[in-house]
Amino acid sequence: MPQILVEELSKTYRIAERDPGAMGAVKGLFHRRWRTVEALSGVSFQLERGELVGLIGPNGAGKSTTIKILSGILEPTSGRCEVDGLVPWRQRVRHVARIGVVFGQRSQLWWDLPVIDGFDLLRDIYRVPPAAYASMRDELVALLRLERLLNQPVRQLSLGQRMRCEIAAALLHQPALIFLDEPTIGLDATSKLAVREFVGRLNREHGVTVILTTHDMHDIEALAERVIVIGGGRILADGPFETLRAGALAERRLFVDFDGEAPALDWPEVRVVARNGRQLELAFDPARTPAPALIARIVAAHPVDDIHVEEPLIEEVIARFYEQHGANEA
Amino acid sequence: MSALTPYLTVFTGRLEVTLQYRAAAFAGFITQCWFGVIRILIFAAFYAGGAHNAPMTLANAITYTWLGQAFLAFLPWNADPDVTEMVRSGAIAYERVRPVDTYAWWYMRALAWSVARVLPRAALMVAFASVLLPLVGLGEWGLPPPPTLAAAGLFALSAVGMVLLSAAITLIINVLMTAMLTDRGPNTLVAPIVNLFSGAIVPLAFFPDAVRPWLRAQPIAGLVDIPFSIYFGGLSGWAAAGAIALQFGWTAVLILIGRAWLERSLRRLVVQGG
Amino acid sequence: MNALALYGRYCATSIRGQFSYAGMLATMTFGQFFITIIEFLGVWALFKRFDHIAGWTLGEVALFYGLVSVSFAIGDTVTRGFDVFGSAFVRTGAFDRLLLRPRSLTLQLLGYELRLTRVGRMAQGAGIFAWGAAVTHFAFTPAAVAILAFAIIGGVAMFSGLFVMQATLAFWTVESLEAVNIFTYGGEAAAQYPMNVYAGWFRNFLTFVVPVGCVTYLPMLAAMGRSDPLGAPDWILPLAPLAGFAFLGVALFIWRFGVRHYTSTGS
Repeated sequence: MPQILVEELSKTYRIAERDPGAMGAVKGLFHRRWRTVEALSGVSFQLERGELVGLIGPNGAGKSTTIKILSGILEPTSGRCEVDGLVPWRQRVRHVARIGVVFGQRSQLWWDLPVIDGFDLLRDIYRVPPAAYASMRDELVALLRLERLLNQPVRQLSLGQRMRCEIAAALLHQPALIFLDEPTIGLDATSKLAVREFVGRLNREHGVTVILTTHDMHDIEALAERVIVIGGGRILADGPFETLRAGALAERRLFVDFDGEAPALDWPEVRVVARNGRQLELAFDPARTPAPALIARIVAAHPVDDIHVEEPLIEEVIARFYEQHGANEA
Repeated sequence: MSALTPYLTVFTGRLEVTLQYRAAAFAGFITQCWFGVIRILIFAAFYAGGAHNAPMTLANAITYTWLGQAFLAFLPWNADPDVTEMVRSGAIAYERVRPVDTYAWWYMRALAWSVARVLPRAALMVAFASVLLPLVGLGEWGLPPPPTLAAAGLFALSAVGMVLLSAAITLIINVLMTAMLTDRGPNTLVAPIVNLFSGAIVPLAFFPDAVRPWLRAQPIAGLVDIPFSIYFGGLSGWAAAGAIALQFGWTAVLILIGRAWLERSLRRLVVQGG
Repeated sequence: MNALALYGRYCATSIRGQFSYAGMLATMTFGQFFITIIEFLGVWALFKRFDHIAGWTLGEVALFYGLVSVSFAIGDTVTRGFDVFGSAFVRTGAFDRLLLRPRSLTLQLLGYELRLTRVGRMAQGAGIFAWGAAVTHFAFTPAAVAILAFAIIGGVAMFSGLFVMQATLAFWTVESLEAVNIFTYGGEAAAQYPMNVYAGWFRNFLTFVVPVGCVTYLPMLAAMGRSDPLGAPDWILPLAPLAGFAFLGVALFIWRFGVRHYTSTGS
């Protein structure tokens, strides 16, 4: 029995439209036009307990709508959705008691209160038994290194610090399922790593199911084995990230530093991606031309100082995937 | 592109944005009508009990009330919300980065903000009180036009003074907030002071004769009492001209004070790092 | 932790948060006290010019004025979360966070903020009432005190109902919310004078539709030991505040629809 069951989920919105400019403003006083938007259309997937899934897609694709429906704050227009046997929007209180949600750009902690007071208040809101709360809180404080932040009002924390506190806050009541919506946005490098490491550990060691929405592909690379790609309100892909990568951009990159000016390399097996004085960035398909063979041929043909091989940037893979499916920003 | 262009642009821009809030304008109109009705009924009940001591007729009091409601949005209760937001977020320092005179910039914005809020409400109010009420036979409860052409002309002049004075006072509140770097204190205390001393709560003429000259002379009287008294002829001829001069005079004084104070506050901000 | 205990926790938290702005707190409390004194000066000036209003003297008007000020101040304080619902919750999306907590939304909104500065307003209302009581030699019999207490509670319920309705409206439009001021601030303003001052339709509206009169005028008459000049039976007068509770009940019922609308259309 999967933990999350989503079947043919659809959601349509009506949005009011207005002409721009002053005349539009006056006209708007008398008459309104409506536009329907299909935010989701026939979305279906299932999640087992303990999975860590990345939910990605261009802006406006329907990711937030999906998260809102799954968390119970939005009703779909049609379709079926069950989380641990509960229908999120119908059994709101019971459902939200068992999930945690972190919104990257909005804090749930009280702005003027010290962090620890906010935690205590959440304990009372979620009715967590004191002993369970104390041990969970201490564990989270240790894992996320919050000791020195506990007595500071939230408004005085930096974004990275606040994010770590947010994540702890979302887990105090030990939910079996958490939604992370852009958790690393705006964070510095150290904080991003800390968050990724923590989420990975949470999933592996404690079996917490995680649904991660993000634009940062390195989050995906580090954490998610399975990705679900949403574009234009539909599911474009659902499976291991490697499959996605292979399907979208099955090539690797060769960086060659030549001894002297980089030559014009006009070979059929490679595509010149960039030329930088002495360096060439080449794209090749490893299935047709294995790397060692290609390197040998280049070194034989020209004097070379240095060579290294890379996967293309994740962002390129994803961008290429969106392109292939006509799923660019709505 | 003259030197005035940025100021005109910011005026029309803010005007357009504020005019968008059509539902708010209509809601404002309904609210103000209602409060107008309450006030008028109270006046009527007072007058019914014996009006020998009253400084004006019931009809004048009714006129005054309707005008007050129509132009309510000119009462400077709060700082410009944009400035409040800037103070709160700390973005106020960026105002210095613009190649314009900060005071004039803010002044035009305040002007646009108040004018855009008043225009639709006043128009609706006039339609209601000057046109609709007489049409349904309730003319004596409505808003009549000024009794003479002279009164109308003087009122027009005084209304301009009212608008300029209102913006000048809003700017003072803005500067107060900038200087104190907090949005909490100023907003609370200003409204009741403005309400009482402008004549918005009760026409200044009703206050005891002993204090009336002082009340008429203070700057805030130019926001409500002076223009509306001129409208129904309570202030006429040379007295009216004098009152208008007072309006413009106080406006100039407040502008000068506001400018100087703003300069000092902003310079201090730049020095301290905001 | 059960609902009542959690509410207490919320209040304590809110109060503590306000003390972190101690300096401002004192200024603003004084400011609130100041506001209504200033407004009452206007009433005083009018009474200097006119002998009475609909048969009532200034002292008697002060009783009504003070009573409604107290009820409104308490009601406004308690339902602050509903009052700012449009701007602080709907427009910002913060309402989503309330939905994500396993608690009733009403409880969370009631616990949002308990503004201490309103204490100033309440104190001034009580002060004006006290002055009026002194001037009119008001008899504080046990019955009168009970009636006044009931009137205040009913008034708090009624004004709370108005703020709940205003919040419900915010689900549809954040712009037009100002119109509800007609009933909240307008209701307070109207009830500052005894209801028989007003013309029939106005008075009826404020008694039967938005029952401001039921939580101020009618019980006040009973507390003063008077009969209604407009003929309402004596026995109804002290019971009238019940209308405030009924009104609140209706408001909470409509609120549910608002929440439903929000969750089906999103933000």
